[in-house]
This record gives sequence, C-alpha cells and structure tokens, in this order.
Amino acid sequence: MGEFVMPSLGADMDAGTLTEWLKHPGDAIKRGDVIAVVETQKGAIEIEAFEEGVLDRPLVELGTKVPVGTPLAFIRTAGAPAPSPVPSEIKLPETPATKPVAPPIAVSVAPPAIGRRVSPAARKIAAEHGLSLEGLKGTGPGGAIISTDLPQAARAAEPRAAKKPGIDLGEMRKAIAAAMARSKREIPHYYLSHPIDLTTAQQWLADINAGREPPERILLAALLSKAVALALHAFPEMNGFYQDGAFRPSRPIHLGTAIAIRGGGLVAPAIRDADTLTLDGLMAALRDLVARTRAGRLRSSELFDPTITVSSLGERGVERLYGVIYPPQVAIIGFGTPAPLPRVVDGKVEPRLMMTATLAADHRVSDGHRGALFLLEIERRLQQPDTL
Amino acid sequence: MNEIAPARIKTTYREAVRAAIRDALTADPKAFLMGEDVGHYGGCYAVSKGLLAEFGPERIRDTPLSESAFVGAGIGAALNGMRPIVEVMTVNFSLLALDQILNNAATLLHMSGGQFNVPLVIRMATGAGRQLAAQHSHSLEGWYAHIPGLKVLAPATIEDARGMLLGALKDPNPVLIFEHVMLYNMEGEIAADAGAVETGKAAIRRPGRDVTLITYGGSLAKAMAAAETLAKERIEAEVIDLRTLRPLDTATIIGSVARTRRAVVVDEGWKTGSLAAEVTATIMEQAFWELDAPVARVCSAEVPIPYPRHLEQAALPQPESIAAAARATLGR
Repeated sequence: MGEFVMPSLGADMDAGTLTEWLKHPGDAIKRGDVIAVVETQKGAIEIEAFEEGVLDRPLVELGTKVPVGTPLAFIRTAGAPAPSPVPSEIKLPETPATKPVAPPIAVSVAPPAIGRRVSPAARKIAAEHGLSLEGLKGTGPGGAIISTDLPQAARAAEPRAAKKPGIDLGEMRKAIAAAMARSKREIPHYYLSHPIDLTTAQQWLADINAGREPPERILLAALLSKAVALALHAFPEMNGFYQDGAFRPSRPIHLGTAIAIRGGGLVAPAIRDADTLTLDGLMAALRDLVARTRAGRLRSSELFDPTITVSSLGERGVERLYGVIYPPQVAIIGFGTPAPLPRVVDGKVEPRLMMTATLAADHRVSDGHRGALFLLEIERRLQQPDTL
Repeated sequence: MNEIAPARIKTTYREAVRAAIRDALTADPKAFLMGEDVGHYGGCYAVSKGLLAEFGPERIRDTPLSESAFVGAGIGAALNGMRPIVEVMTVNFSLLALDQILNNAATLLHMSGGQFNVPLVIRMATGAGRQLAAQHSHSLEGWYAHIPGLKVLAPATIEDARGMLLGALKDPNPVLIFEHVMLYNMEGEIAADAGAVETGKAAIRRPGRDVTLITYGGSLAKAMAAAETLAKERIEAEVIDLRTLRPLDTATIIGSVARTRRAVVVDEGWKTGSLAAEVTATIMEQAFWELDAPVARVCSAEVPIPYPRHLEQAALPQPESIAAAARATLGR
C-alpha cells in the first residue's frame, strides 16, 4: 500500500488545498496519471501519481488545506490485498426472473445510512472558501452542519463571488516574493552577457514557416530553448539543484519556461526533456504550457521539475534581462528582444538581427569562465539552426 | 419646528372595505356593487351596510341566488364598459361561478385575440374560524392563483383592505380579492386620507434574520403572534405578507430567504397542491443553495373544516404550530 501525498510544488509551498479528484476509489493508476487537482499559490495544479496500483480510498476531504507531505490517499500496489468491502453496502434481494408479473413484495430495505448532513448553504460557503467540514459540529435540524457552524471568517467574507479554480494573483505574488527573496539571500549570483547574431536563425525560421499555417509555425522561442537544452549537455553544472549544501546535477533537462500571467505574476513550468524533443514537439509543448498556464491548470511535475530556467522577453521587451535564479536551481538564461543593429561581418558593417543573451548562475556551483563558455555554446548552436 | 402628524382614524377591516367601495362608487359613475344580500341586508358580513341608502338600488344591486348568473352578468357589464364589483358570499359558493371566472373572465382577452378585456373585480370571503362548518369555511384562493388571466389579492391589513379595491378597479383585467372572514372585525388605526395601495408586491411585516415566515390573509396575524413568541426565545423571525397571490412577488420571497436561510410557509389551504407548495417549490428553484434547513409548511389539516370549535381550531394553522415549525428549521 503506497501513500499518495500532497507534493511540494515549489521551494516555498508549505500547504495545498485538495479541490478535485480525477480518479476514484477502485480506479487503476499508472505512473504519471493525473489523480487530483490541488489549489496552490500557483493556481490549480494537477497532481500525478508516481506509483502503479489501484486508488484505494481518499484520506482527505475535498476542500481541505493540508501541509505538504500529508497523505491524500492510499494507492494499493499490485499484490496487496483488497480491503474489506464497505460495511454499509446494501444488497437488495433478487427477484426471480421467471416471475416478472409477481406482485411486488413488501421488502423492508433499510435506508442507506445517511452520512453527515450538510445544508446547501454550508456546502456552498465551504466550497467557496475551501473549508474543511471535518470536525465541525452540526447545530442544524437533525444535527446538520449549517452555514453558521462554519468558521466566522468564512461567513464574514460572504457574500462574495464564487472563487473560480485557477490562479490567485495575490497568492502568486506572495510565492514569487518568498522564492526571489530566498534566491537573493542565499544564492551568490554572477552575471554574464553576450550578443548573439540571429540573422541566420531568423532566415532559417522564415523559410521553414513559409509553407505553414500560423498554428504550425515555429517561433524563435522554441529555437532558443532547443539551443539551450542541447548546450547543457556539455555544461552539467548549470543543470540541477543546489540542496543541503551540495549541488546535485540532473541528467534529464527540464527547461523551466518563464510565462507571464495577464494581470501580473509569472510561473516557470517545465518543458520536460527539452533536449530530446524535435523543434515541432518543443513548439507544441510551449503552446500547450502557455495555454494551460493562462487557464491556471498546470501539472505538479511541471512545477517542481525544472532543472534550469529560460526567460525570453520576446518581441516586445528590452535589450537584456538579468535573471534571478529560482531556487534550488543554479542558473537562469535571459534572452532580450532581438533588434536589427549594425555589426561588422567580414570587415564590413551590415545590419544584423542581434539579441543579447545573459546568464545568471550560482557561484557556489560554477564560475564565470564556464558560464561564458556555456553562452558561447548557445551562440554556436544558434548559428546552425538546421541542427537544432 | 413642529411637524403636524397626519390625522389617523380608528376603524375596522369591514369599515375599510366599505369606505373603499364608497370611494370607488363616488369616483366613478360606472362602478357598482352587486351580489347576494348586498343591498337591503347590508351584506352577509355587513360590509355594504348603509350603501343602498347612499347610492340607491341601481348601484347597490341585490341578485338572485345564482353565482353563475350574477358573476356572468358582471362579466357582461365589464365587457360593456361598466366597472362592476361583484361580491360572492364565500369562496365555497364561488365554485358555482367557476366556469364564468375561469372560462370567461380569465380567458376572454385571450380568446378574442386581445379585443375584449374584462375589468371585473370579484370580492369574496374566505377561510375558517367562525364555526360555519365545511361548506362555508374553506380557503380555495390557491386554486384561483393557479389560473393565468387572473390577479389574486389577499388584503391582510386594514390599509390593504382600504386600498387594494381601488387599485383593482383600475386594472383592465379581472381581479379577485379574498377577504378572510376573521379579519372583518379587526380594529386599528389608519391615516384619515388612506387610499389606493400598490399591489403586486409582498410586504415584510416584521424584519428578522433567523427564519422567514411567509403567509398571507387570515394567517398573517398568527404568523406575527408566532414571531412574537419566537422573539422571546431569541429567534428573530421575518414575516412576509404575500398580499398578491398571483402573480407572486418572488423577488421579496427569495431575497428574504437568502438572508435568513430558512423558511416556513403558512397557508390556511390544504397542504397538498397548495399555494404553500408553489412558494416552497419557488424557493427550491431559486434559493436552494442559500438554505440551511428544509423549507417547512404549516397548512390546514387535510379534512373538511370541522364544525366543533376545538376541532376547527385544531385543523387550522396556529401560532403554536407556526412557532414549532420555525424552531425545527433551526434545529430546536
């Protein structure tokens, strides 16, 4: 019997609210299946299973906020005995099929044991405020839990618009504040900057996209991400986590991709195994991530997986950005907004499409010399877009 | 600076209805009253006492004992431009005129493609409590509230008795006014210049935050008494007087229940298929998620209203049964 626990979805998450079960007791679970949805500071996150088996029974009620690590459900692994059936199950006497016209027999069937009664108003308020009904004493008719049995705070707040699942920008701001303050407090950043000529890459993209409909086109962001992912093969000290006083490099390359939220805030969910994806696959993953981020529906693994972060300013930005490393990662790449600039090529001044790439890296793990080589490797790969 | 308080007069529900009829007949030469014993006898509940001498037999008309005939005559008069006020002794007898009310008064506007409206007002007594036994004591206003094409009013206060008739006479379509027999002797003060009142809106007769008692007509005083009892137990009941039974003022009902989260519907009709059922269903449809308790109903026992006083009283909603139902919604 395995436990399915409230995961940590970031360095500073200490609790989450269970809002939805997507699997039910008795459902077969495969590794990676999305089992439940948890409301966190980063929005509603889909939680995946890491074990094979059968979902046994939930241990936490919907709407309950529990600390990270709290078991949410048991997962019965193969070979484990099934638990005894629920005792309240009622078996109706079978009517013999051969006597369909037999007069109805007065069978006294005990009504199913009524669970705890909760009034419609109390249910609504609890759901809106994510309150647990656990441990509440009901004072309504028949001992029902009614609106006034809920904590005062929730009732005082009503009436208010029903809280939609998704991103709470206020909470997200708190999460960003905590993570960034910790980063600046703990991580000795060093910064490097390097201009990269994107003329060739841009031309190559234009050729590729010429015959494509807008939804199928590859954007520069995908090309940049792929270049970073491949460059990381030679720079393992940029990819991984600094935890408990030591650096733990990561073999998989999961690119945290900074996505701005309309109205403020940002998240950097992972494009998993970015180095193994084709450009088209990476572009699709990017589109999917952006769409789900804006809808406030990300998966747990996407949030705690990133091994490095890439932040691109895109077309409407400035020349360069200096990133703040997202702990416990050890590096963040920043791509400024590409702009045509004069540049000397083969002894002549030419207009070229230039972009400034920056690296902020953790000096506890790497030094500026390696960081510079890393940026140069990214530049080198971007000059050969057909190899990406 | 002193304000001059508006003059108030002592009166009764009966006198208020009479004053309204007098106003109507004075204001509009096309208005007249007709019904059984409304003239020489002065009305079986003495509402029209004295009006024959005042207005003459053309305008205070005694009719033969045929509800179908004189309600039909009222419809005909209304179609021809008159403003008849037809009095039916009790709702029980109105069943003899049900065909006229439903198939003609309520339907002609529709059947004529909007050409003929029926500006008819029918007043009738309703309800139990006077030991008039099962053929004179029922509350069937809920049946009439079922019928499209009718407006159904239930004045429960002296102000409404004074003012609703005048509004009803302005309506181009048929209006039924139900006067509970136990209200006629009710005494109280109203403004000396009291007149027409707005219809179509329910009234909150007593504000409260714990439970809403929804009622009308003859049960209003009982609900108010129940609220008084509950107040001593620190239960603040809000009392809604529906006033208009068709169309129902749903907004006031739902607004109140959304605040109190509990409702008790009090209706002197029988529970099965009652107006109380309609109000309850409306709450379920529109305020289910606001509720903290099942909606309760206090209605008459499902028997013909008994003659013996103790049985009659036992069959009707009473302040005690209303208060008990309210307590139950609070889990007490």
